[in-house]
Amino acid sequence: MGISVEGADKSFGDFQALNDVSIEVPDGSLTALLGPSGSGKSTLLRAIAGLETLDGGRVLIDGEDVSKKPTQKREVGFVFQHYAAFKHMTVYENVAFGLKIRKWKKDKTQARVHELLELVQLHGLADRYPSQLSGGQRQRMALARALAVEPQVLLLDEPFGALDAKVRKDLRTWLRRLHDEMHVTTIFVTHDQEEAMDVAGQLVVMNEGRVEQSGSADELYENPANEFVMSFVGEVNQLGDELVRPHDMEVVLDPDDKTQEGLVQRIVALGFEIRVEFVLGDGTEVWAQLTRAEMQRLELREGQIAYLRPVQAKSFNGAPASGADGASTPQRPTDGGDAEVSAAV
Amino acid sequence: MVAISVTSAVGSRWGLRFLGIGYLAVLLIAPLVLIFFKTFEDGLAPPWEAVTSPDGMHALKLTLITVAIAVPLNTIFGVLCSLLLVRHKWRGNFLIDAVINLPFAISPIVIGLSLFLLYGKDGWLEPGLAEAGIKVLFSVPGMVLACIFVSLPFVVRETVPVLQEIGTEQEQAATTLGANAWQTFWRITLPAIRWGVAYGVVLTTARVLGEFGAVSVVSGNISGETQTLPLFVEKNYENFNLPGAFGASVLLALLALVVLLAMNLLKRKEDA
Repeated sequence: MGISVEGADKSFGDFQALNDVSIEVPDGSLTALLGPSGSGKSTLLRAIAGLETLDGGRVLIDGEDVSKKPTQKREVGFVFQHYAAFKHMTVYENVAFGLKIRKWKKDKTQARVHELLELVQLHGLADRYPSQLSGGQRQRMALARALAVEPQVLLLDEPFGALDAKVRKDLRTWLRRLHDEMHVTTIFVTHDQEEAMDVAGQLVVMNEGRVEQSGSADELYENPANEFVMSFVGEVNQLGDELVRPHDMEVVLDPDDKTQEGLVQRIVALGFEIRVEFVLGDGTEVWAQLTRAEMQRLELREGQIAYLRPVQAKSFNGAPASGADGASTPQRPTDGGDAEVSAAV
Repeated sequence: MVAISVTSAVGSRWGLRFLGIGYLAVLLIAPLVLIFFKTFEDGLAPPWEAVTSPDGMHALKLTLITVAIAVPLNTIFGVLCSLLLVRHKWRGNFLIDAVINLPFAISPIVIGLSLFLLYGKDGWLEPGLAEAGIKVLFSVPGMVLACIFVSLPFVVRETVPVLQEIGTEQEQAATTLGANAWQTFWRITLPAIRWGVAYGVVLTTARVLGEFGAVSVVSGNISGETQTLPLFVEKNYENFNLPGAFGASVLLALLALVVLLAMNLLKRKEDA
C-alpha cells in the first residue's frame, strides 16, 4: 500500500513543525525520514498514523484519503522510540492485544502470536513481563505487536534511538531482512544518516519542517540538492565556496596550480581509514580521508607541509542551503566515516 | 577516622529510628492501644452487648450503607475527573483543580451547615424536593451527600500523579492497534493507574467510615434512625455508656484495618 502526503501543515503554537510537506512512499518500500531534531520528521510520521491532526493537507494510504479517519481505523503498525510496552501484560498478551481487540478466536490468536514471537526471536519469553526484558527485546516485542494485526503500513519512530550501539546495528540489519520477507510498506524516522542509508531504500531528508530532498542513498550522496543535504548525509569540508567530501581530498607532496598548501596538524588512524587534519593558510581547518596504502606512500608526519587537491567539489551558490550553519558542522554521529563506505557500495 | 565515621553513621541511624518510632508510639499507637485496653477491661461481654444492641447494629448498617454509596460514586467521579485534568488540558482546569481541594480546606462542620442551608427548611432546593417527597436532611440522602462532599478529593489526588507518570504512549500504542477510547481506557489506562485508584478508595472509605462533623449536622443524630457508628460513639460517650463508646470505636478501627489489609493483600498477591 503506497502512502502519500500532500501539502501537510502543522504548527504547535508558534512552532511550525510541518510546512507544506509532500512525500510519496511507493508500495512495499522501506523509506527513511531523515533529519535533525525539530525537523518535523516525527510529526510527519505521527500524522500518517493519525496521532497528530494536520492543520492542512492530506494523507493518503493506498490512494484513500485517511485524513479524517481516526487512528484505530487506519490499520497502521506503529513502533515508538521508548517501546510503549504494556507494562501490566506479559509478552504474549502484548503481542495478542490487537488480535484480542479484533476478537480473534483463542487458538488462532495463539498460533499467530507464537508465529510472531518466533519471527522476532522471543519464543520462550512469552510469559515474561516487559520489565524483565532488555531494551532490544522490548523493541522486538513492540515490533511483533505492531505486525500481529497485519497492518497496511508499518511506521517506526526512531525505533533504535534508545538502544546501545551494538544492539542498534544488529536490529537494523534484522529490520532490513524482516522487510525483505514481509514487504509491508515501511517508514522509519531517524536522525542518523548512517542508519538511514544502511536500512532504507529511499530517503527523505527533512529540515525545519520542510522536505529538502528525497531519493536513494546514492542519489542524495552523489547529487545533493543543497548544502544542507550534502552536509547532513556525509562529512564535508568547506574550501572557499566549494564543499568537498574528505575522501575527495587528494593529498600530494608536490604543489601545482590546483593545489592548496596545508599544515598537517593531526593524524588519526581509525582502523581501515586514516584521518589527516590540515590547517590551511587562511586558518581553515579541513580533513582528508586516506587509505592505509596512500598513507604509507606519502609518509605524512604531523607538523609537515603537504598539498591538497579537491578531486570532486560542489558549489551551491545561488541555491542557499537552509539551516546548515557553516559548512563542516553536519549533525551526525561521531563514529567516523564508514557512512561514506556504505553509501559508495 | 573511618571507624569513627561508620559508628557515628550507625549511631545516627539508630537515633533516627528511635525518634521516628517513639514519635509514632506516643502520638498514634498509645491512644489506640489504650482504646482496645479500655474496651476489654471488663471482658468481652459489655462492649459486645453494646455493639450488638439494636441501635448499635443499626448504626453499623447505616455506616456500611453510606460507604456503599459514597465510595463507588467518588471513585467513578474521581477517575473521570483525573482524566479530565491530565488528559484533556484546557484553561478551566486550574479552577477544577482548586475546587476539588475545597473539602480538604473547609472544616466538616461548615460543610454540614452549607448542606443545611441548601436542603434545609427555607433552603434553596427545599421547595422542589419537598414537592417530590424527598427528604434529604435528617435522613440517609443527606448523610450520604455529606460523606461524598468530605471524601471527594482522595481518589483524584491519588490518581492524578499516576496518570501523569504513565504518560500517553501506551494509550497511543493501543489506539494504533485498533482499540477505541473505551477499550483503551479499560484495558490500558485503568490497569496502569489501578494502585493509585485503590489507594484513593482506601482513603475515601476510611474517611466515610469515620466522618463525624458534617454528618452530625445533617443527620440530627437520632438513635436507631440517623446514627452512624461515629455518632453512636459520641452519644454513648455523652451518656456515660463507656463500653458502648469503646466497643463501637474498636469496631470502627477494625473496619478501617480490614480495608487497609485487603488492599495490601491484593497488591502482594499481584506482585508475587
